Amino acid sequence: MGIVTPGFRGRARSDDERLPPGQYLVEDFPVLSAGPTPRVRTENWRFTVTTEAGRKHEWSWDDLVALPSETPTVDIHCVTRWSKLSTTWRGVSLDTLLEDVDTAADHVMVESHGGYTTNLPLEDLLDGQAWIAYEFEGEDLPAEHGGPARLLVPHLYFWKSAKWVEGLRLMLDDDLGFWEAAGYHSYGDPWREQRYQGD
Amino acid sequence: MVQGKLAWRVGRLAAVRDETPSARTLALDVPGWPGHLAGQHVDLRLTAADGYRTTRTYSLAAPAEGERVEVTVQRVPDGEVSPYLTEVFTVGDPIELRGPVGGWFVWRPTAPDPVMLVAGGAGIVPLMAMIRARRRAGSRAPFKLLYSVRTPEDVYYADELRRPEPGLDVTIRYTRKGPDGRPGEPHRIGVADVNTAGWPAEFSPQCFVCGPTGFVETVADILVALGHDARRVKTERFGPSGS
Ligand SMILES: Cc1cc2nc3c(=O)[nH]c(=O)nc-3n(C[C@H](O)[C@H](O)[C@H](O)COP(=O)(O)OP(=O)(O)OC[C@H]3O[C@@H](n4cnc5c(N)ncnc54)[C@H](O)[C@@H]3O)c2cc1C
Repeated sequence: MGIVTPGFRGRARSDDERLPPGQYLVEDFPVLSAGPTPRVRTENWRFTVTTEAGRKHEWSWDDLVALPSETPTVDIHCVTRWSKLSTTWRGVSLDTLLEDVDTAADHVMVESHGGYTTNLPLEDLLDGQAWIAYEFEGEDLPAEHGGPARLLVPHLYFWKSAKWVEGLRLMLDDDLGFWEAAGYHSYGDPWREQRYQGD
Repeated sequence: MVQGKLAWRVGRLAAVRDETPSARTLALDVPGWPGHLAGQHVDLRLTAADGYRTTRTYSLAAPAEGERVEVTVQRVPDGEVSPYLTEVFTVGDPIELRGPVGGWFVWRPTAPDPVMLVAGGAGIVPLMAMIRARRRAGSRAPFKLLYSVRTPEDVYYADELRRPEPGLDVTIRYTRKGPDGRPGEPHRIGVADVNTAGWPAEFSPQCFVCGPTGFVETVADILVALGHDARRVKTERFGPSGS
């Protein structure tokens, strides 16, 4: 289909090749979440990976920051249509965290402080594609952006980069997370505009 | 190919109503509209003659009347879409839309618990849908609305909100200039406003907070500080910027 909206011209087109379809650039860093901002203290912070067999691997804050870190510079894309280019983070690669985890699972449910969840294929977290990030642009990650630590999976819409991350649950079968159960796409590839279920 | 309720449909502008000098309600006739819950939104898609396309999200302002749905759009100066929708888009013109979208920030008329609504600016839109859905359903759930606007001229749905309605308390706070002859300094909503205009936390109200990001952030923090269960505080932030 495709009807023309009478009299609508639109703004000058962006020809930035780093901008996925339907997105526009922002300079600031918008905040979007479903409820109040949780304030999680690093003393109480834990990150747990639970395998499909129920085996738990746990890291405290001190454990996390003692691991080798990386400083990826990546573009991020929110399903509400803003994109932000060249953001720099510091965090621990999921390759490092999952190194000694023995699993046959193909799927992951990410769980956050406050009850938020989001589902991903495990392979999207590996091979240098995802981090547990605790710094943004050289500063501690602020609470409104998911601090003290959030998941960072820049190649998917940003709701997959769960804020206030608490753990990963490995699953043999896929399940839907919080927004996915509310009608958002299960995978969320910005380049294919996978916004809602069925896209 | 998108199936079912998230398919794009073609609606037509049926009527407009100016709410304030910078906000306009658009009533759209949408053949096949499946109905919606108060708090849900639609995506509107605009296509220019050269094929360029862009989409924006707008909250539904009222329960559906058959195939007629309403949104209220605030004009953002230098915005791409809202100036078009509030100034150029004319009765009879077609537009593509899909929805309803969003199943979290919703109020269901069967819920008996008290409701606390806190709106900043255009954030009133989905909350007004809840007030109208309550009225439409004859619900007796007690509602309180705390609404922050710049000046009296910026109040959306002013006549409707001024009419007394049993079980609905409306408190308006002004950030720039209050109504003439009324005492009280204009100010941004703070703890005292939320405390006096809202329910005590022991009543376990459902809280819905909607507006610009900074506003929502502040109000949600206040509600939690006042003892409200964070899981009962639902927020909707009207992007895109943190203004
Ligand atoms: C869930 C939800 C519900 C909403 N409900 C409502 C509602 O009920 N009523 C309502 O009025 N709004 C609502 N909004 C906001 C709405 O979707 C639009 O964001 C708003 O109308 C502004 O759109 P615009 O095209 O006019 O402005 P935009 O063009 O998107 O601009 C907005 C701001 O960003 C800047 N900007 C954006 N893109 C660019 C660019 N490419 N280059 C430079 N600057 C740019 C502009 O300068 C401007 O300051 C809602 C948003 C969400 C997420």
